[in-house]
Amino acid sequence: MTSTSPTETHVAPQADHGDPARSWLARVAEGRAWLFLAGLIICFEVWSRLSFGATFVLNPFNVQSIAIFAVAPLLLATGQTFVIISGGIDLSLGFIMGLAAVVAAHATNMAGVAMPVPLAMMLGILAAVIVAGVPGVINGLLISRLRIPPFIGTLGMFGVARGAAFLLAGGTTVPVQNSWFALLGNGRFYGVPYLVIIAAVFVVVMHYILSQTRFGQHNYAIGANVQAASRAGIDIKGHILRLYVLSAMCAGLGGALYAARFTAGAAQAGEPLLLDSVAAVVIGGASLFGGSGTIFGTVAGALVIAVIQYGLVFVNVEPFWQFIAVGLVIIVSVLIDQAQRRFSGARQDE
Amino acid sequence: MNSSEQTAPLLEVRHLSKHFGAVQALNDFSMAVRPGEVVALAGDNGAGKTTLIKAISGVFQPTGGEILLRGQPVTFATPQEAREKGIETIYQDLALADNLSIGANIFLGREPMRKVFGFLPVLDRKAMAVAAKQTMGRLDFHVSRLDAPVSNFSGGQRQAVAIGRAVYWDAQILIMDEPTAALGVPEQRKVISLIHQLKAQGRGVIFISHNLQDIFAVSDRIVVLRRGIQAGERKISETNHDEVVKLMVGG
Repeated sequence: MTSTSPTETHVAPQADHGDPARSWLARVAEGRAWLFLAGLIICFEVWSRLSFGATFVLNPFNVQSIAIFAVAPLLLATGQTFVIISGGIDLSLGFIMGLAAVVAAHATNMAGVAMPVPLAMMLGILAAVIVAGVPGVINGLLISRLRIPPFIGTLGMFGVARGAAFLLAGGTTVPVQNSWFALLGNGRFYGVPYLVIIAAVFVVVMHYILSQTRFGQHNYAIGANVQAASRAGIDIKGHILRLYVLSAMCAGLGGALYAARFTAGAAQAGEPLLLDSVAAVVIGGASLFGGSGTIFGTVAGALVIAVIQYGLVFVNVEPFWQFIAVGLVIIVSVLIDQAQRRFSGARQDE
Repeated sequence: MNSSEQTAPLLEVRHLSKHFGAVQALNDFSMAVRPGEVVALAGDNGAGKTTLIKAISGVFQPTGGEILLRGQPVTFATPQEAREKGIETIYQDLALADNLSIGANIFLGREPMRKVFGFLPVLDRKAMAVAAKQTMGRLDFHVSRLDAPVSNFSGGQRQAVAIGRAVYWDAQILIMDEPTAALGVPEQRKVISLIHQLKAQGRGVIFISHNLQDIFAVSDRIVVLRRGIQAGERKISETNHDEVVKLMVGG
């Protein structure tokens, strides 16, 4: 106490590394998904006007189509956001979604025989979400109790869910006979598709869970330093279990909404969406090393992908360019993240 | 020194033993920590320092002997139980979540909640920030950016956050395992001054270090371990580096 001068005990001046480039870069890195989104929309607007003399983004049909297009990948990506922040990854979400879509179709049809149409629809959705939770429980137990790395455990579940979904569907798509279900998937409320409303409400709830609850807070802590979280008394095993159930149930809802949109359940419904979900999370600003990311970042990430995919079709570019464009955005996004990390000096102890 | 010896010990360890199979890691070891006292634990690698603090902090149970807290025998099944009784361990590798603020780290695992709209529970970040400011103030660390993640702070400042967490939760015994090992010299001095603060607040500190300089700067007594047994106990005012080194290596 006596040997310390006042300047040494007052930490604030030293803590500010005083590098304006750092905070500038940090801000860009934080909001990079929204910047990408704005840039893309401007690009497509210019492209569309030059090529066809037509507007891209001011056309409500385009906006609506992109929004609907983004719903299923966004639902997978919100679950994936939680998992990636915790330092894990869930590769099984795509086929859990397919499984849920098939379950939703079967359950709605079966329930429809015995009960009113709206009730059958609700039971179908509920069944899809609950059944999706089962592979989530298995993922969670494999990772938390048997200490299987998330990549491997969920890769195994990827295969299991895939097989189960195709078996349950009998190798084909399962049409849904339910007028309410079809309305849910294709109807509108004052011009806004029901699917988009459901997704928006869902995103707000998930944002609340991630940013305002202990579960969300512990998720960030576990992703940054699982040992510290454990020493602080957080039940890591319980958290990991709940985490993978949550992400699987997100995929379950995604599957049910898919079945509603196409009035059919298909096992392969989510297959192409898995990598899109990881891409949306990464573009949205999360680090694959865990510890960072936000739901609204992921929303922007999912919209970036949807805009690229829809926009390139709109301006008549061969669809294969979509893959290249999304891939490039992922790489640029990760480069920005790494540059920001290097400048922030956040990893001094590594 | 005499006055502190007359007060009852906060923590007492009597005839503690721990063996792993045939390996006797700790053998009939006894020591005591009084309020406001800093006891240094010294010894070569493998002397049993880590075994001792793990037994005290509930990481594992001793094979024999007893631990007394304010004269009452206690057993801890988990580190959590030890923490609830006021024994906090500060690890050298900084058990903090780097991406969270000081307040969030202090409250990690026991976050305060408040209600919005009368029903919706949300994290009470303001209460965390206020508590962080007060706690760090008590340690004479005045931090302005309370919402910044702790990764923005230096090693010594983060060590202060770890200590601040223990202080906030009113730990009476702080076990500090090489708290200065990962730090530069000015930062080391800062941590030493923190330990003086803890002492002034009447807490007991068990201070483990390889650095005799630090031990002599901050401790009241030093207990030397060698191959699991107590090789000697000295008042800092009545010993010197040479004697301690001799005790450590068994010369």
